[in-house]
Parts: sequence; C-alpha cells; structure tokens
Amino acid sequence: MSALGDLVNAISLGVIYAVVAVSVGLVFGVLRQVNLAQGEIIAFGAYSLWLTRTWPIVLSFLLCCLICIGMSLAMQIAIFRPLRGASALTTLIVTFGLSYALEAVWLMVFGPNGQPVSRLSILNNTVLGGHVDIRWVTFAEIGIGGLFFVLLLTVLYRTKVGAMMRATAEDYKTARLIGVRIEQVVTVAFVFGGLSAAIVAILATVQTPLVTPDFGFNLIVVALVGVVLGGIDSLGKATAGGFVVGFVNSLLGAVIPEQQLVFLPTLTFLFVILVLLLRPAGLFVPNRASVERV
Amino acid sequence: MKIRIRLVYELGGPLLLIALVALVGSMMSIAQQANVINILVTATIVIGLYVFIGNSGVMSFGQISFVAVAAFAAGILTSPVAIRSTTMPQLFHFLAVTKISNLESLLLGALLGAVFALLTGLVLMRLSGLAAGIATFAVLEITYDVITYWNKIGPGARTLALVPVSTGLSVSAIGCGIAVLAAFLYQHTRSCRLLRASREDISAARGIGVSVFRQRLVAFTLSGAIAGFGGALFVHELGSIQSSQVYIDLTFTTLAMLVVGGSGSLWGATVGGIGFGIVDVFLRNAENGVALGSLHLSIPSGTSTIILGAFMVAVLILLPRGVTGSRECLERFSMKRFSKAVRLDDQDVPRKP
Repeated sequence: MSALGDLVNAISLGVIYAVVAVSVGLVFGVLRQVNLAQGEIIAFGAYSLWLTRTWPIVLSFLLCCLICIGMSLAMQIAIFRPLRGASALTTLIVTFGLSYALEAVWLMVFGPNGQPVSRLSILNNTVLGGHVDIRWVTFAEIGIGGLFFVLLLTVLYRTKVGAMMRATAEDYKTARLIGVRIEQVVTVAFVFGGLSAAIVAILATVQTPLVTPDFGFNLIVVALVGVVLGGIDSLGKATAGGFVVGFVNSLLGAVIPEQQLVFLPTLTFLFVILVLLLRPAGLFVPNRASVERV
Repeated sequence: MKIRIRLVYELGGPLLLIALVALVGSMMSIAQQANVINILVTATIVIGLYVFIGNSGVMSFGQISFVAVAAFAAGILTSPVAIRSTTMPQLFHFLAVTKISNLESLLLGALLGAVFALLTGLVLMRLSGLAAGIATFAVLEITYDVITYWNKIGPGARTLALVPVSTGLSVSAIGCGIAVLAAFLYQHTRSCRLLRASREDISAARGIGVSVFRQRLVAFTLSGAIAGFGGALFVHELGSIQSSQVYIDLTFTTLAMLVVGGSGSLWGATVGGIGFGIVDVFLRNAENGVALGSLHLSIPSGTSTIILGAFMVAVLILLPRGVTGSRECLERFSMKRFSKAVRLDDQDVPRKP
C-alpha cells in the first residue's frame, strides 16, 4: 500500500472518530457528563440498517437517523435528566452499565456472530485501481463528515439555539440566569448526538460490514479516549482529539509489520498515556489551564 | 470507648458478613459452593478497588490488569513443570522451570500486583478526573493485549489449564477477610485520612500541604496488592485462566459492585461485592431454571446481564451513593454521625439545577 493511500485512509478513519467525538463533546459541553452508551445508539443504528436491508436505501437511511435520534432523546429523558448535576464519573459508570445491558440485548436479539450490512458496499471499490489503494468510501467519509461539521457549525454559530448552547457550555449558571432554556439546549445536543450516531452507523458499516454486539462500544471507547486526549472542555479540541486518535491508530496499523499488528492497541494506548502525561488537560490545551475542572 | 465500638462495627460488620456467607455456603451442595467461593473471591477484588477508588475518589479501570498479571503469574508458576514445555514452548526460561507452592503464589500475586501498581502509579497518579480514568483504562487495554499475544510470558490467547485448585470455601473466606482487614487498617492511617481529605476538596488538601500524588500512589499500590492477591485466589479457584476472563467484563462487574454497594465505605464495597454477587448467581441460575417454592422460574439466556445492568443504572439514579449510602456498618445508628453524613451528601453531589 502506498504512503498516500495510508495517509488518506488514516484521514478518513480520523473523520469517523471525530464524528463520534462530537457527540461526546456536545453532551459534555452542556451537561458536563459523559455518555458512554452513545456507542449502543450507533450499534442499534447499524442493526436497523440490517433489519431494513430490503427497503429502498433512502428510506432505510432515514429510518436509521430517526431511530438514532429517538434513542438519543430517550436516553436523555430516562438517564440524563434524573442524573442532572451528578458527577461526570457517576454518569460514566451509569452509561457503562446501560451500554453493557444493551450489548446483552443485541446479543440476544441479533446473535453473537454479527449481521452483515452491505448497503453501500459499492463504495468499497478502489478509486483509481492499480497502485494507490484508496476506496470511494474514504471520500464518502470525508465528504459526509465534512457536511455534518458544516451543519453543526452553522447551528452553533448562526442560530439562536446555537448561541444558547455555546453560552451553556461556557458557564451553565450564568446562562440559566440570563434566561437560556437549558432543556431546549440539551435536547438539541442530544438530537445532534443521535444524528452523528446515524452517520457513523452508515459509514462505519461500509468499512466493517459485520455488525457484532460490541460494534458501537469499540468505537465509543476509542473516541472517548480521543476526546479526553484532545481536551474535553472544548468541542473543537475534543473533535480534534477524536480525529488524532483515529488517524494515529490507522497510521500505526499501516506502519508496523504484519506479525506485530496484534500489538497495535498497546502502541495506541501507550501513545495515549504519553500524551496525557505531557498534557494532562488535553493535547490542545496549554498546561497552565486548570486540570481539575472535570 | 464510643470510638472503639464504632471501629468494632466497622471491621466486624464486613467480617461477619463474610463469615455468614461462608457458613451458608458450607451447607450447600458442591456445585453451589463453587458459586459462593466465586462471590467471595470477587468481593476480595472489589475491596481492592475500593481501597483506591473509594478513598481517593479517582476512577480507575486499571485494577483488573493487576488481577490479570497476578492470576497468570500464580497460575503458570504453580502448574506442573512437565507440561509447560508442551503447552507454552516459547516461555522465558525462568518461567518455564520455576515451581512454587500455592500459598507462595498468593503472596507472589499480592507482591506482583503491588509492584505493577506502583510502577504504573508513578506515571498515572499525576493525573486527575477523567484523564486518570482514561489512562487507567489504557493500562487495562495494554495489559490485556500483551498477555493475549506475547507467548514468552504465558499461554497467549489459549487457556492456561491444569492450575492446582486450592481456593476452597475456607481459603476464599479467609482471603476476603484479609482484604477487609488490610483495607480497614489502611483507612485509619494518616496517609488515608490525607487522601480522603483530597477526595473531599483537592484544592484545600493541597493548601494544607498534602502531597496528593504520594497519597494516591500509596492507595494505588495497596489496591494493586489486594487486587493481585484476589487474582491469585481467582486462578486457584478456577484451575484455569484465559485473558478474556480478566478484562472488560470483570472490570465492569467489579466496578458495578463497588458503586452499587457504595464506593465510599468498606462496608459498601463488601455489601456490594457479596450482594451483587448473590443476585448475579441467582439470575444465572434462573437462566437454567430455578424452583421458587411451587413456582418454577426460568428466564432466557443473557437476561441476567441485562437485569444486572439495568439494576445498576436504577440504583445509581435513585441512590447515587450506593445502597449503603457509602456509610460504614451501623454508622447511621449514631445520630451525630448521621447528620454529618447527610451534610457530606449535600456537598458531594452538586444541587440539581
């Protein structure tokens, strides 16, 4: 595989993790809480693609989006509303439990061996053929990921609710004092969380068509690592962190020899520990910033 | 005198609970006894988690890596030397020829757990909050990856079998009791009080000159020792071990036990470890069908995990400080302590907006 191909593939994987990281960063921004069960929304979205495999593709994708957004909102109401004000670690554990339970549900309903989703397998064809191994899905990922970010930035910076979201993330109490409707802000954050899950479900199933019960959990764990790595306090830094982890993981995978590939997680996580030591508050946060906010 | 009675409750409560479980277990069939032993061994690991997480207030997903390292070391070094060359041909020489007794392996497990925790702690204890949680998770991932794929230190992805079984009912109860005693003695040291001060208010603790790093490191090392001890008990309970048995699932289960019981007290850790374990065993039995009086209860396979997960979510939403309220045994009977505990509750959990 060529260096260019490796680089482009690393970028596309980075984009996927960045989209996952956005959902974590959005929820953290407004609530100061972590949603580890976001991965299960992605998993359910992916399973919904399998369930609707005979439907027209547009309808199938639409339903996937609706399911993910619905599930995200349901989580907000059933889990996050009662836990409002609890610490980030409490919600981390609660959503860990939820994620664990939901994985058991997927295992029971969809079986341990996974279900194949091949809606967009045409995107797995290589672009040029021959020497450079770049597949269409890479461009789809970069393109759709890019569109999602444009949409998100438009909402955040060009609408009233976006301004309210930014205000809430900056200072929860003051935002409330000046009349920001927190419920509305939280709802929008979770809608975007659901939408990002649907996008990841659609794109990730092109690269890994087999949807197993731990499909979403594996994604969210790496993305969460990326979020903390980048700096969870800011949406931009969190997203960049997600991108960096996906990028480094993919690039390391291409660089290390085949028989050592099993140690890829070790290398990736060593990188994570190293970054956290040098920059405890995040890769893109100056060391002077307070570490204790979380 | 009053203080002494409180100490008696604090230590006696968990020990009595363990003794009670062991006593009930001794009246059961051999098959059911295995479950009781497993509950006690898991509770030992949960107490190990408590020593660090409960006292420091810092989340750690890494303790199961100490369990894993100790379990594999204890398992390999006590398994018959003759079979090692065939089942693990690539093993380092000293691992292939050294043979120790089961008792020695328990001590070795504790020592290895402590050393491993100390070494990782030197690096990780500089972090706080989510960064610390993620870094300890990274340790778990790395440990799992290395144990599963490095054939020079163990069986790799295969199962390590033929480990002599010695963790019976009495050994597991004594082991769990030792863990309780260690945690109890530690939480009355100056070091632990300083650590708890940093848990309540890290800035204030630093302000009065507490080296948060050093106190966390002490707790992390002791926690690693207990976890390692639990790991050695674990491998001698099962007679075999596979890397996937000491990974995410066990991390989840033990953490769930700790927070459901109440991560802030030794009583909470013990009650969580044992109580959650009993519910778990009951549900797993129910998957195979159990008779409740005249009623025959049978639930589909896999339901127990769903129920446990949901149970944990519900407990944490309704009782954020666990079923014991993170109080020590019988602590609430003292009204003075009670009012104090309630006030602490208010401080700990930010008021709902």
